[in-house]
Amino acid sequence: MSAQAASMSRRDWLLSENPASRKQAAWGRRYRLWLEFRGNPLAMWGLCTLVILIALSMAAPLIAPFDPAAQNLGNRLAEPSWTHWFGTDELGRDVLSRVLYGGRITLGMVVAVVALVAPVGLVIGIIAGYFGGIADRALMRVTDVFLAFPRLILALAFVAAIQPGITSAIAAIALTAWPPYARLARAETLIFRKTDYIAAIRLTGASSWRIILRHVAPLCLPSVVIRLTLDMSSIILTVAALGFLGMGARPPSPEWGAMIATARRFILTQWWVPLVPGVAIFFASLAFNLLGDGLRDVLDPKQE
Amino acid sequence: MTDMIEVADLRVHFGPVEAVKGVSFNVAEGASFGIVGESGSGKSTVLRALSGLNPDWTGSMRIAGQALTPKRSRDFFRRVQMVFQDPYGSLHPRQTVDRALSEPLVVHGIGDIEGRILRGLAEVALPATARFRYPHQLSGGQRQRVAIARALMAEPEVLLLDEPTSALDVSVQAEVLNLLSDIQQQRGLTYVMVSHNLAVVSHLCAQIGVMQGGEMVEMLSADDLRAGRAKHPHTIELRTLSTELEET
Amino acid sequence: MDVVIRNLHIAFPTAQGESVAVRDVSMRIGTEKLGIVGESGSGKSLTARSILRLLPHNARVTADELSFDGIDVQRASEKQMRAIRGRRAGLIMQDPKYSLNPVMTAGAQIAEAWRMHRPKGQSRSKREAMQAAEDLLTQVQIRDPKRVAAAYPHQLSGGMGQRVMIAMMLAPDPEVLIADEPTSALDATVQAEILRLLEDLVSRRGMALILISHDLPLVSHFCDRVAVMYAGRVVEELRAGELARASHPYTKGLLDCLPTLSHQQVRLPVLVRDPSWLE
Repeated sequence: MSAQAASMSRRDWLLSENPASRKQAAWGRRYRLWLEFRGNPLAMWGLCTLVILIALSMAAPLIAPFDPAAQNLGNRLAEPSWTHWFGTDELGRDVLSRVLYGGRITLGMVVAVVALVAPVGLVIGIIAGYFGGIADRALMRVTDVFLAFPRLILALAFVAAIQPGITSAIAAIALTAWPPYARLARAETLIFRKTDYIAAIRLTGASSWRIILRHVAPLCLPSVVIRLTLDMSSIILTVAALGFLGMGARPPSPEWGAMIATARRFILTQWWVPLVPGVAIFFASLAFNLLGDGLRDVLDPKQE
Repeated sequence: MTDMIEVADLRVHFGPVEAVKGVSFNVAEGASFGIVGESGSGKSTVLRALSGLNPDWTGSMRIAGQALTPKRSRDFFRRVQMVFQDPYGSLHPRQTVDRALSEPLVVHGIGDIEGRILRGLAEVALPATARFRYPHQLSGGQRQRVAIARALMAEPEVLLLDEPTSALDVSVQAEVLNLLSDIQQQRGLTYVMVSHNLAVVSHLCAQIGVMQGGEMVEMLSADDLRAGRAKHPHTIELRTLSTELEET
Repeated sequence: MDVVIRNLHIAFPTAQGESVAVRDVSMRIGTEKLGIVGESGSGKSLTARSILRLLPHNARVTADELSFDGIDVQRASEKQMRAIRGRRAGLIMQDPKYSLNPVMTAGAQIAEAWRMHRPKGQSRSKREAMQAAEDLLTQVQIRDPKRVAAAYPHQLSGGMGQRVMIAMMLAPDPEVLIADEPTSALDATVQAEILRLLEDLVSRRGMALILISHDLPLVSHFCDRVAVMYAGRVVEELRAGELARASHPYTKGLLDCLPTLSHQQVRLPVLVRDPSWLE
C-alpha cells in the first residue's frame, strides 16, 4: 500500500509540469523519452533482445554447460540432444557454450568499434563543418580517401598489414567506419552554424570548443546515434566477415563469424553447427535495427 | 554626456559587393538609436559588424571609448549583447530556458546562477514555471522574453536589437516594446535598434538613421520625423507609407 | 459567383483530445474585396483555405453549408475540386521563394499554368503559352516581361517573385483570388505596390478578393469589408472605412496597441484579453 503510494508520487514527481529543481527537470525529461520509447513494441522487442543477448554473453562463464574450448573428438558433430542442446562442432565442442562465449567477442568488438567510431566521426565532422575553410577541406579530403575504398577490402588490407587478431580487426573496422559519420556530422553542422541560436551563443563569449562540444555536438548526436544503430548490423557482419576470412578472432576463440566459417563445410549435413551462430547474428542485427528505428522516432526533433 | 557607441566610416564587403558604404553614427550613454531601412539596405549588417558576428569590416567602432577589433574579447561580450529578430530561431531547440539563461553566467564565471535565473525570469515577466520549458513549448512572445532575459544575464551596457518585434503579433509587439523601454529605464542601457518599421523605431528611439543601399542617407530625431521635417526623399517615402495606413 | 460559409468548424485531433481551430464561422462572399484579419492562430488562413479544401489532412471540418458558386465543397469529388482550385480560384501565398518552383523559369511556370487551364479544343501550343505568359507579366506591371520570363525564381527580388506568382494565378482567369499574407515578406514600398496592383486587377477583371492578413490598418485600406477573427471566431465585421467605429474591444485593442508616428506615447496600451470573448 505504502509502496504503491510512493511509486505513484514518484511518477507524479517525474511527470510534473513544473519541476522545482534542475534534477527533477532532467529526470522528468528522461522519463518522458522512456515512456514514448516504451510505446513502440518493435523497438522494445529490439531493446529486450539486445539486453538478453548481452546478459547471456556476460553470464557465459556461469551458464555455459561446457568449456567452449574443450574438445571431445569422440563426440564430433553430434546432433542436438539434452546434453548438447545445439549439438557439437567438428572438434566435439559444445555449440551452445561456444555461441554464448562468442557473444562476448562479437558483441564486445561491436561495442569497441562503436566507442571508437562515434566520437571520432562526430568530432572530425563538426570541426570541419564549424570552422570551414582549410580545416574543412583537409579533413574532408581525408574522409573522401577512406570512403573511396570498399569497407571490407580496406579492413582486410589493414589487418593483413598488421597481424590478424581481435584488436587489429577492431581497429580496421573502426578505421573504415568513421567517414560516413564525419560526413553526416559535417552536413548537420553546416546547417546549425548559420542559425541565430548558435550566433546567440557565440555572443555570450563562449569559446569555439565550448560551442562545438556543448551546443553543436548534442544537436548532431541524435542522427549519429540513429545512423550508428542502423549501421550496427553491418558492423556485426563485417566483424563476422573478417572472422570468416580468418582475419578476426584466431581460430580457437569462438567468434560468431569464425564459427560459421569453419562450419560451412557441414552446412548441408550437420546444419545446426553453422545455423546457431547464424541465428545469433541475425537476432543481434535485427535487434539493433529495430532499436535504431525506435530511437529515431523518439529523438527526432519535433519542434513544430 | 559621453558617447557609448562611436561608429565612423564603417564599411562591410561581401565578396565584391559593398553592403555598407561608410556609415557613421554616435550613440550617447543611455540613449537609443534606431536604424530604419528596407531589406538589403545594410541595416542588419551594421548591427552584425557591431556585435562581432561579422569580422570582415573596415573603419572604426568604439564602445565606451575602446576601439573594437575584428576579434572580440570575452569582456566585450559581457558589455554588448544582442536580441535577434526571430524568437523561433534564436533559442537552441534542444535546450531549456534554464540552460539558455545559465550559459552566459557559466561562460563569464558569474556566481549565484539559481538566484540570477529566477530574478531574470521575473524581470521579463515570465512565470517561474517557464524555467524548464523548451522553446517549442512557449509562444513567440514568451520566446522573445527569454531571448531578452538571456541578453541581460551578464548585465551588459549595450543591447543591440535586430527587428526584435517584427516576427510577433501586434499585441505582443506592444508588450515587448513596453518591456524594452522599462528595462532601459531601470538599467540605463544603451540601445541600437534595427527595424523596417518606422513607427516601431520612432517609438523606442529618439534618434533615427535611415539607410538605403548601404548608406545612411539621413539622420534625424524622432520628433522631427513625427513633425514631418524629413529631408531625404527615401525618408519621406517611408514616412508617407507609414502614415497613409494609420489614417484610415 | 458566391462563396457561402455557414457554421464552419475546423478541429484537429491532439493527444489531449480535440483542439478546435475555427468555430461558428459564417460569411457570404460575393464579388467584393473581403479582408480577414487576426493574429497567428486565429484561424483566418484555415477559414479561407477550407473554401478550396486545402486543409491539413488531419483537419476535421464540419459546416452547415460550405459552397463555392453552388458547388458543395464538402461533398465535391477531388476532380470537381481541381476544377475550382487554380482555375476558378487562385491562391497567393506569403513567400514566393517557397511557392515558385526553383528549377523552372518564371515564364515557363506561368505558361504551364496557362496551358493547363486552357479549355479542351483550343490551341495551346508552347509558343502561344509563352506569349500569354509575357502578356500576363505585362499585366502585373513588369516593365521588362521578356527578361523576367527567362529568369529563375532566385534571380528575382521578393516583390518581383510575388508579381510572377500573381501572374501565374491570373493565367486561368479565376473568379476569386485568395491572398494569404501576400506582402508580409516584402518591404513597405513594395508592399504598397503589390497591394495597389491586386486592387487594380481585381476591380478591372471583376474578381473577388479574399485578403488574409495580421495587419488591420493595411487590410482596411485595401478592402471593402473586414472580418476580424479571434481564437477561431469572427468577433466583428466592419465596412472598411469604419474602422474607427469598431465596437468589439479586441478590434479596438488591436488598433490601439500599434505604435504610431502621429504622436508620441511613453507606453503602448496593451491588449488585455477578456475570457468572455471566447463565449
